[in-house]
Amino acid sequence: MPNVPPEPDIRQDSGASGSSGPGSIRNFSIIAHIDHGKSTLSDRILELTGAVEERSMRAQYLDSMDLERERGITIKAQNVRVGWRGHTLHLIDTPGHVDFGYEVSRSLAACEGVVLLVDAAQGIEAQTLANCYLALEADLAIVPVLNKIDLPAADPDLYASEIERVLGIDAGEVLAISAKTGDGVETLLDTIVERIPPPSGDPNDPLQALIFDSHFDQYRGVISSVRVMNGRLGTGDRLRFMHAGGVHLAEEVGVRVPAATPADELGPGEVGYLIAGIKDVAEARSGETVTSAAAPADAPLDGYDDPKPMVFCGLYPVDGDEYPELRDALAKLRLNDASVSFEPETSGALGFGFRCGFLGLLHMEIVRERLEREFDLSLIATAPSVAYRVRTSEGDDVEVDNPSDLPPAAQVDEISEPMLNVSILTPSAYTGAVMDLCQSRRGSMSQMDYLSPERVELRYELPLAEVVTDFFDQLKSRTQGYASLDYDHAGYRAERLVRVDILLNSEPVDAFSAICHRDGAYPYGKAITAKLAELIPRQLFDVPIQAAIGGRIIARETVKAKRKDVLSKCYGGDITRKRKLLERQKEGKKRMKAIGRVEVPNEAFVSALRLDQ
Amino acid sequence: MTDIDCETPPFGVYVHVPFCTHRCDYCAFATWTDRSHLIADYMSCCRDQARALARGMAPVTSVFFGGGTPNLAAPSMLAEVIAELPLAPGAEVTVECNPDLVTGAAMRAYRDMGVNRISLGVQSMAPHVLAALGRQHDPAMVEASVYAVRSSGIDSLNLDLIFGSPAESVADCEHSLRAALALEPDHMSVYGLTPEPGTPVGDDPARHPDDDDMADKYVLIDEMLERAGFEMYEISNWARPGAQCRHNLLYWQQGSYAGIGCAAHSHRDGRRFWSVRTPERYVSAIRAGRTVEAGSESLDDDERRLEALQLALRTSAGVPAGAVPDDVADLVMPAGDGRLRLTVRGRLLANEVAIRLQHPPQTPA
Repeated sequence: MPNVPPEPDIRQDSGASGSSGPGSIRNFSIIAHIDHGKSTLSDRILELTGAVEERSMRAQYLDSMDLERERGITIKAQNVRVGWRGHTLHLIDTPGHVDFGYEVSRSLAACEGVVLLVDAAQGIEAQTLANCYLALEADLAIVPVLNKIDLPAADPDLYASEIERVLGIDAGEVLAISAKTGDGVETLLDTIVERIPPPSGDPNDPLQALIFDSHFDQYRGVISSVRVMNGRLGTGDRLRFMHAGGVHLAEEVGVRVPAATPADELGPGEVGYLIAGIKDVAEARSGETVTSAAAPADAPLDGYDDPKPMVFCGLYPVDGDEYPELRDALAKLRLNDASVSFEPETSGALGFGFRCGFLGLLHMEIVRERLEREFDLSLIATAPSVAYRVRTSEGDDVEVDNPSDLPPAAQVDEISEPMLNVSILTPSAYTGAVMDLCQSRRGSMSQMDYLSPERVELRYELPLAEVVTDFFDQLKSRTQGYASLDYDHAGYRAERLVRVDILLNSEPVDAFSAICHRDGAYPYGKAITAKLAELIPRQLFDVPIQAAIGGRIIARETVKAKRKDVLSKCYGGDITRKRKLLERQKEGKKRMKAIGRVEVPNEAFVSALRLDQ
Repeated sequence: MTDIDCETPPFGVYVHVPFCTHRCDYCAFATWTDRSHLIADYMSCCRDQARALARGMAPVTSVFFGGGTPNLAAPSMLAEVIAELPLAPGAEVTVECNPDLVTGAAMRAYRDMGVNRISLGVQSMAPHVLAALGRQHDPAMVEASVYAVRSSGIDSLNLDLIFGSPAESVADCEHSLRAALALEPDHMSVYGLTPEPGTPVGDDPARHPDDDDMADKYVLIDEMLERAGFEMYEISNWARPGAQCRHNLLYWQQGSYAGIGCAAHSHRDGRRFWSVRTPERYVSAIRAGRTVEAGSESLDDDERRLEALQLALRTSAGVPAGAVPDDVADLVMPAGDGRLRLTVRGRLLANEVAIRLQHPPQTPA
């Protein structure tokens, strides 16, 4: 089955019928932590407003990408228009992960208010809080809601007072609902109409429309989600995309109810979609301002930013022959996700591949998984790295996101690494465990606040490189899954960083080079040499595996020479079997990569790099 | 060993006797422990198959009864098979025997029907190692069996040993060798324990041999046998001069042979084929006059030449020097006649050399 939801029935009162006056419009997002029930609430709203008939409901209607369903998260923003008691509501779905913070901020820019949805048995989580602060900064109205009040463990009073303490919202204003049973959802819809202000905007001003999401459709090209701020956006208009600079014809403008339904035009405050014959999402990025080519606005809307990759890794086809397929797949994927960057790179160990940049670790994983799944590729990913700033002894500043590109130590004056301000919310019982973790990752604490006697917010400054390894997994395991994490970028800091090289039989293996803190160099060297010693089969000679900083060896293992093969007997009935075994063994050699004289199975690279994360 | 007329091209017959009283813990052969009721029917089918094959068969220079446990069948049943075959003068006739079941009477019967070589499954002379292999005999039975063989007048004797069990110390291995040599065989087959999937040994990693331990033991075994006057002529086989097993040489020289019985393999002119695996299917096919062939493969010239090199590499005859690439040159040594044979270290790494073998450049005749 394709990823397309079934065609829903459209009802008369669903708000589908073209423009309506701004006064009756309410634009809002739901801010929630994973599993706090956002998708269930969205489904319930679609159902209650009659936008989708019960019989065509599919659980989690808005999360249509397979990966999103599997992971229970929203990657691409969606929006839907519903009617409620004479008003038009636009529900704008936001991505739910810290990697996509910029996308969240653009989605919020399309709203006048947010529903803060909190699990009544768990309380507010770090990312929810961070997104809520974003909403407060943007002056949005906040409708706080405790969900899952049908759960036995629900404690609405406790978490309502937590919301009051943390966000300064009166506990008495907090609604209590169960999205699952539908209890309280009608009241919520009424409250949205009541507390979230209608959009302002002048239909006679020059057009300013905000793009807050774009995706590529193979039949229609780029389909963008737009929010009109001023002026009118009509089908057939010639449009200027103010940041990208292109001029395109609006082939189709419409609203999602939730099926895409063409409209003549969208007026101020309205949210819908725009198709303008664009072939590359980079031409219509989130944050772009669309205006009229004939009568353009003076200035674009505030808040546009170029997505900046934060995490990097090399991607290589396991089978070197698949390099062209990987190149095409990346190019196609980028049509849909402008935040992925890639450029060709060659590794002595892995052959031809690409250096790729991602918004964060989750983004990296998702891209890799999509490449493997949607393009049927089998990939090796090198250990994730961050972009270091290197001041050379000649006084130049260079950015290095691949350890192999680091100039020799003698030519390096100083290396700086990207830092994060990290906020961690945890039950207070785990404070010590979280502090231990942060300390072991070179963190320095900047603040500690009790949200309630049971819950603490810890703020740390941490190197990004320490967070992109297994920090999140460690945090979860040390707090039995209770802690949550959010972060902001906090510039660069000079550190005692070195490159650790791994040598196999005295030949450096670029795929395993890593930049790390001097104090972490020995453990890294020790761990990876030990791992490789396990994974590399014995050869006909001793193979030293060494970790080195510059010319200095800091760790060494040896794969002892192989002394014995299979000594099986070889009589009449064994000859055929033996010959086939030798043929297989010969084939197996072809699947090895030769590093100097050493034959290394591809699987060894895959496992060593995977275990490393 | 009696000499064979040099003009007779070698042709062997292998007879598979797939019955045992007990399955050893390392054994993955086609053999069954619960079908002794089939033995008589099965052996009469072997006789029938021998009779059918004998028509137009070249003179047979070697016969080998293997198993399984051939001495679980009555000697007369083996005799009936032998009687059907056109034996060449001086043919080598071997019966593989399990020491549990060797009797003086059986050995005398073997001698009378033309058997001139016995191969005894000794495996080890250390009782705790035998137990670890799942064997049921003890070293005293081996000594009694050898006495029975000698008394019958059969003078060619092979002892099979298995080394490499983790239960076997280097001293145990040395002891087994010494005790076996004391029995004065003229041939020794010494096999590294191979953990075959699906066997109790194969399925228990704790019972798998250690490569380095095995290499140490192999070097020791080779030294001891050489010192005792044996010559290595194949990776796992040593013989006193003139006592090489002609039947086995046939395999390594890509010779022709016919297999009789279930799961038996045959080879003729590059075509290899094998019969159905179970004794039941074998008996019913023979009775119904259907073919017993279950599968076959035919090699093209290139494959045949490569196979010949791979087989010859295992033997002391070695391969033409041009077939061995330089990166494994330190694993071979001159064998005379422009040929190279494996060193002791090379024998332990025979597969690494075998997969690198290349056809030597064609030399004009």
